[in-house]
Amino acid sequence: MPLLEMKNIVKEFPGVRALDGVSFTLDSGEFHSLVGENGAGKSTLMKVLSGVYPHGTYEGDILIDDQVRQFRGIRDSENAGVAIIFQELSLVKELTVGENIFLGKEPSKLGVINWSELYHRTSKLLQDLNLDIDPRVPVGNLGIGQQQLVEIAKALSKEAKILVLDEPTAALTESEVEILFNILKKLKSRGVGMVYISHKLNEVFEMSDRITVLRDGKTVGTHNASDLTKDKVIELMVGREVGNIFPEPDHELGDVVLEVKGLTAFSIDVASKRVVDNVSFHVRKGEVLGIAGLMGAGRSELLMSIFGAWPGRFSREIYVNGKQVSLDSPASAIGHGIGFVTEDRKRFGLILEQTILDNMTLAGLKRISGKFLTNRTKETMAASGPMQSLRVKANSPLTVTGTLSGGNQQKVVLGKWLLTNPKVLFLDEPTRGIDVGAKQEIYAEINKLAKTGLAIVLVSSELPEVLGLSDRVMVLHEGRVTGEFVRKEATPEKVMAAATGNH
Amino acid sequence: MSEKKESIVSTSALRAYIMLGVLGLIWVYFHWATGSIFLTPTNLSNLATQMSVTAIIAVGMLMVIVSGNIDLSVGSVLGFAGGIAALSMTTYELGLVPSIIFAIIVGVLIGVFQGALTAYLNIPAFIVTLGGLLAWRGAVKWLLGGYTVPIADDTFKAIGNNYVEPLVGWVIAGVAVLSVLFMAYRNAKSVKDYGLGEANYSGELLKAIIPIVGVIAFIWVMNAYRGIPVPVMILLAVALFGAFLTNSTTFGRYLYAIGGNADAARLSGIDNKRNVLKVYALLGALTGIAALIFTGRVGSAAPDAGVLKELDAIAACVIGGASLMGGRGTVFGACLGALIMASLDNGMSLLNVRDFMQDIIKGSILVAAVGLDMMGRRRT
Repeated sequence: MPLLEMKNIVKEFPGVRALDGVSFTLDSGEFHSLVGENGAGKSTLMKVLSGVYPHGTYEGDILIDDQVRQFRGIRDSENAGVAIIFQELSLVKELTVGENIFLGKEPSKLGVINWSELYHRTSKLLQDLNLDIDPRVPVGNLGIGQQQLVEIAKALSKEAKILVLDEPTAALTESEVEILFNILKKLKSRGVGMVYISHKLNEVFEMSDRITVLRDGKTVGTHNASDLTKDKVIELMVGREVGNIFPEPDHELGDVVLEVKGLTAFSIDVASKRVVDNVSFHVRKGEVLGIAGLMGAGRSELLMSIFGAWPGRFSREIYVNGKQVSLDSPASAIGHGIGFVTEDRKRFGLILEQTILDNMTLAGLKRISGKFLTNRTKETMAASGPMQSLRVKANSPLTVTGTLSGGNQQKVVLGKWLLTNPKVLFLDEPTRGIDVGAKQEIYAEINKLAKTGLAIVLVSSELPEVLGLSDRVMVLHEGRVTGEFVRKEATPEKVMAAATGNH
Repeated sequence: MSEKKESIVSTSALRAYIMLGVLGLIWVYFHWATGSIFLTPTNLSNLATQMSVTAIIAVGMLMVIVSGNIDLSVGSVLGFAGGIAALSMTTYELGLVPSIIFAIIVGVLIGVFQGALTAYLNIPAFIVTLGGLLAWRGAVKWLLGGYTVPIADDTFKAIGNNYVEPLVGWVIAGVAVLSVLFMAYRNAKSVKDYGLGEANYSGELLKAIIPIVGVIAFIWVMNAYRGIPVPVMILLAVALFGAFLTNSTTFGRYLYAIGGNADAARLSGIDNKRNVLKVYALLGALTGIAALIFTGRVGSAAPDAGVLKELDAIAACVIGGASLMGGRGTVFGACLGALIMASLDNGMSLLNVRDFMQDIIKGSILVAAVGLDMMGRRRT
């Protein structure tokens, strides 16, 4: 009898079927890995399990110990013995280790906390896990790795039967990974069932009993780890035809427009951690350079650092048309002809309460209007170009961007950067969360722009997108370049192998 | 889509009309309650003069609030700049023009200093200017030795007390009417230029009637007493300047962008820090000008001059539709807000409402106004 059984789970978001009949089982004392590309549905499945998406918002059944469970929220799933450690930490940095571990269930009488019991129990818990952490230290004073271990200790304090770990090692050093794995082995021997989500196949094979591969919201298969090889897993992960929604590019490559040498960027949280490590590359006139890599590989950080907008420390040499430039701020990057369609349009791209017109002309305002005075007529004239060529579906340039669909919002961001008259255009996840029709329109536009001689650097988590659009693909893994392929050589298997660090 | 767009445009226009309507109700009520004293040229002239100090500061405050910041120190800065002007007029006898310049420069320097602490050292604006509220008040008391410093010079006092010749008023009215007509013509023509439809000259002309009637009525009422008061002249210039900055300059657009989404603004190449510094400097300059009017009107600089002015200015902006989260608000709204506040003050004083009751009523109206606004917004 399995400890956990998830049957035919279907979860839909507007316009997307994130999970399409996924089934999954977990035995007690089992270490079961869940692998798949970004967006395959791993995290969504675990959010269904933990009640983040409550019962009624998905179809299918969840059984724990053979009983059907209908969780209304995280609290319900916790009571049923499910503990999840998400990618983003959920600790309160200002509170101590002990306070965090017992947050919401402090040992108390009449509302008065028994501090000595709380800290006594915390230190016992930490000792049990062989963790050398002071229970009275504020969590914010610990490194990210230790915070992750505290998070795990917190999950264990709830005496979980099912522990879900979503990319727990992304921020850990090798020695911390070892500590974590020792803890997990101990838990395994106590009968705790573990679901492990990771892009790092070495770790997956080191620990797993079984491996389930998800692709496009469907289960591709569940196999014993001993029956699989890394190559086989990669094949299962990407085993999909690259659709013909990508027009065959025939770009004429010109001179090198942008060259980056030795770019290194450091993490904001941990000042000594390199999120991008000594990356060099160039892109030519009319070329689409794809940058592939998994979450946390340092792709956005790379673009942000070139653009002079990375808030952490960074260093690099940059040449535009062969001349060295410093690019110490977004304004100077724009001045040197670099445009940057940032990821997460609602957070970094748009001012949602403002109109299409105001958003589109913002980055190029001084070029369009004049240095000091704005000119509505000139602005409207300028914006009407991209509004028509990108087919932004809105009646008027005075429509507020917050009311537009995701695809149209993305077109507004793209239009904003086209109006800066760029020589190089960075596109960071340009099609995330938009419908297929809008995606195709943006793909066609990317091709068209390259044909007119624009140099394009494309970052995308969707492998088919990178492969379908790029003349050349550079692969990042943990901040380093682990592969570079010209279009002909760039097969999904090769790129995925490099992206998972198996090159 | 078109319906969505139109409903949004008309909400902001509707908002202005509702506020004008509320103002009208307040005026009619006070006129009735005071036995026909409120809506006389004498009282309206007084009212306009009374609102000018708050409104001038509110214009600067509006821009600071639009950028997503706040300034709690303006009341104390007003006192300090007024003290500097008074000392330079009396003790140091530097003359009128240098005294005016000093007061404005002091305001600008304080604005630059506090703006730099906020923008470049990332100290929250609330904290920086809360510190400023205390520190500059202390500085005024120190500067004046705790005494009120009277100013004898009539030209200085004229800044707060004199009136512009009625003829000048009519010339201003003529220029204003012509510019309103010109703008209506340009608006109508631009519809055609944008390719959004045919030019609707008669429609634009119809819309221009309200402002034109307003201008003529205003000048007529002011001239029926003694002409436009000098403080009101200064306010008109400041308000026009503020409306021009927020509507027609890159600087103004950047303020709305920074307040609307600071990350998006920064990544669009806007220098958020420098623009925040500039807007504080601007508010400082306007506070210096307000200090001159305040000091000239009273005829002396006092250690407690300008106490609570910051709250009047912030309240005016908020009643006028500005969001303290940044990104939203207009100069017109802030001035209207200041006029509503001043009308309440003036009317309740005429009715001999006790001062504690005045405070309670004003406070309640501030909260109610924003509460109603939020309810209206949630529905749309």
